[in-house]
Amino acid sequence: MNVGFDFINNKLLIRIDGDIDHHTCDEIRSRIDNEIMRRNPKNIIFDMKNVNFMDSSGIGVIIGRYKLIIDKGGLAAMINVKPPIKRVYDICGLKKIIPIYENENQAIQKI
Amino acid sequence: MRIDNEMKLEFLSKSQNESFARSVVAAFIAQLDPTIDELADVKTAVSEAVTNAIIHGYECQNGHVTIVSKIMGRTVEIEIKDYGKGIENIDLARQPLYTSKPELERSGMGFTVMETFMDNVEVDSQPGMGTTIRLIKTFKSM
Ligand SMILES: Nc1ncnc2c1ncn2[C@@H]1O[C@H](COP(=O)(O)OP(=O)(O)OP(=O)(O)O)[C@@H](O)[C@H]1O
Ligand SMILES: [Mg+2]
Repeated sequence: MNVGFDFINNKLLIRIDGDIDHHTCDEIRSRIDNEIMRRNPKNIIFDMKNVNFMDSSGIGVIIGRYKLIIDKGGLAAMINVKPPIKRVYDICGLKKIIPIYENENQAIQKI
Repeated sequence: MRIDNEMKLEFLSKSQNESFARSVVAAFIAQLDPTIDELADVKTAVSEAVTNAIIHGYECQNGHVTIVSKIMGRTVEIEIKDYGKGIENIDLARQPLYTSKPELERSGMGFTVMETFMDNVEVDSQPGMGTTIRLIKTFKSM
């Protein structure tokens, strides 16, 4: 499990690499929270390009980070979402709170 | 219905076995040539049931989880069993957004994911005895 970060225009890009399940979600959560504390971004963008599997444990992590960031007046978005991840995203109603943009540039412009 | 093939897997309730368990089931059902979407659906549903056995059934203590999977024609049946805590109120547990562990950042969507991705989800549980989840799905004909 690896989580990479980029910081562009006060936005934190969170690049998750690997499966997001109960086994990996604790580490992903603490890596992201540390980076949010350190950088204090306005908005966050999840780059899901290297995520091929996610279950409801992942939804918990994503909604948790979403709450952190909206509590500080920010927004969250997602990019590069693969079909199986999109199915879980749809079922769990994330559409209403975390928009998916076509690519990184669009996400950075929109939020 | 006639059983064409069957497998049984037993492992300790450790989180590192979650990806192992869903990959084994995926490899077993691959003989039916499911579509990529169908395979992903089954993997996700199995991951939900196994994760629930570990987090809720055994509350992260050691215990055994068994998976029995049967193939009957183009139908696959997967039984995930734990001998843990059991579920007091199954109807409540199956409600979308219900979780008994909100402090763990659970979303309460595991059963909803299983129900959406499989044709049928049966829950058999006794408090103090354990829980069996039966997941059933028929793949589209080739
Ligand atoms: N194997 C089990 N043993 C005991 N209780 C269970 C078991 N499976 C599910 N439950 C109960 O059913 C509830 C709902 O399960 P569900 O998978 O829908 O949500 P969750 O696991 O709490 O959250 P999420 O799956 O979204 O991370 C659980 O919170 C738990 O109380
Ligand atoms: Mg669950």
